[in-house]
Amino acid sequence: MRRISYNNIINSIKDSVIEINCIASPELLNKYNLAINDEDNELSKKVLESLKENALIAKKKIIPICQDTGTAVLFLEMGTDIVIDGGFIYDAIYEGVRLGYKEGYLRKSIVDNPISRKNTGNNLPPIIHTKLVEGDSLKIIVLAKGAGSENMSAIKMMAPSDGIEGIEKFVLETVKNAGSNPCPPITVGVGIGSNFEGVALLAKKALIKNLFDIPEDSNIRVIELDLKNKLNGLNIGPQGFGGKTSVFDVAILMEPCHIASLPVAVNINCHVIRHKEIIF
Amino acid sequence: MKLYTPIDKNELKKLKSGEELYITGTIYTARDSAHKLLIDMIKNNETLPFELKGSVIYYAGPSPTKPGEVVGSIGPTTSYRMDKYTPDILKKGASILIGKGSRNSLVKTALLENDAIYCAALGGAGALMASKIKSISLVAFPELGPEAIFKLVVEDFPVIIVNDLNGNDIYECH
Repeated sequence: MRRISYNNIINSIKDSVIEINCIASPELLNKYNLAINDEDNELSKKVLESLKENALIAKKKIIPICQDTGTAVLFLEMGTDIVIDGGFIYDAIYEGVRLGYKEGYLRKSIVDNPISRKNTGNNLPPIIHTKLVEGDSLKIIVLAKGAGSENMSAIKMMAPSDGIEGIEKFVLETVKNAGSNPCPPITVGVGIGSNFEGVALLAKKALIKNLFDIPEDSNIRVIELDLKNKLNGLNIGPQGFGGKTSVFDVAILMEPCHIASLPVAVNINCHVIRHKEIIF
Repeated sequence: MKLYTPIDKNELKKLKSGEELYITGTIYTARDSAHKLLIDMIKNNETLPFELKGSVIYYAGPSPTKPGEVVGSIGPTTSYRMDKYTPDILKKGASILIGKGSRNSLVKTALLENDAIYCAALGGAGALMASKIKSISLVAFPELGPEAIFKLVVEDFPVIIVNDLNGNDIYECH
């Protein structure tokens, strides 16, 4: 059994939520640069330049890139041969999130009850997905997920006969209906297969597909690029003012499903891509 | 184009959808929960926490202020969630609404009927928007945390006009 320190998990989570919310990744800055170079629409080009400037101000001052510092979503891949020294792992995650949102001056955006809606004041609870794996590894992926884009996401239980054409139509409709609301250029995570609750999780994981050990599938990549072209053809553009870059990327994850089902979920992320993996 | 608060409605007539506008003066934040409470107060004929007539309302909830900074990050939130409340806010005389994303037809009609415009700030650019703010103070509903109403003193606060007084809409013209 490998021992991992409870306090080490707290500190790593704390540092990570601050880092992802305030320090734009080279990946994000590169996406802004590519879009700026590609854009002909004068207003949209200016918008993209402002988004890049915003990310640079945030990085310099270590303040949030966006005031919606999100719901903290964590994916755990936990080896069965590890022991957490000093406490329960979920308690460490909660404490890391709490401290990070407090000490990083991040916004507390969670209400305790969806009807009566009192702010919990500490951005707790986070949303945690746990997968057990063989061995003594521990990997935690931290994601800060804003609500403007989450609200524009959709799920549909399609018929097997709808096929790939039906899936593409649903993705296009969802992004078109979202329009300017989710802060484009967006990233589109598409889940296909599994079941009702499973497909939503697939779509969320698709947003951070590169952080999971998923073998590259050239057939899926063809569909992703085809969808990306079609979505960018919608002329939504940065912030919805028109232009070439409506989406930064499309990522698809698939799983087996029931003979009667074709579940499809579309999870949208805003232009601010905020995630990090921690390997213990 | 530059504009100063309090808003002169004659100035609004010159503004066109798709143009950039720089606002200097006082603006108030109000988003989901604050709107709900304001509407309850209007229904009960209570005195409102700030004068809506001629006001600029910004749909935003800031992140906490870091020591050494004037304000936390403060970009716009999505506006459609305020659509239900907006016609009543406009009847009370608000002049400029700022958020992001398109509005429903009832809001667009109410904007025209009340000589008000709707503008978009840059979504996901909260650090940049914060740099245009000179001061922040709490006005009402501190129990709402980031959803409280704050008074902001702004200088050349950049927005893009979405719905002008001629019924144009930048989101629909492409």
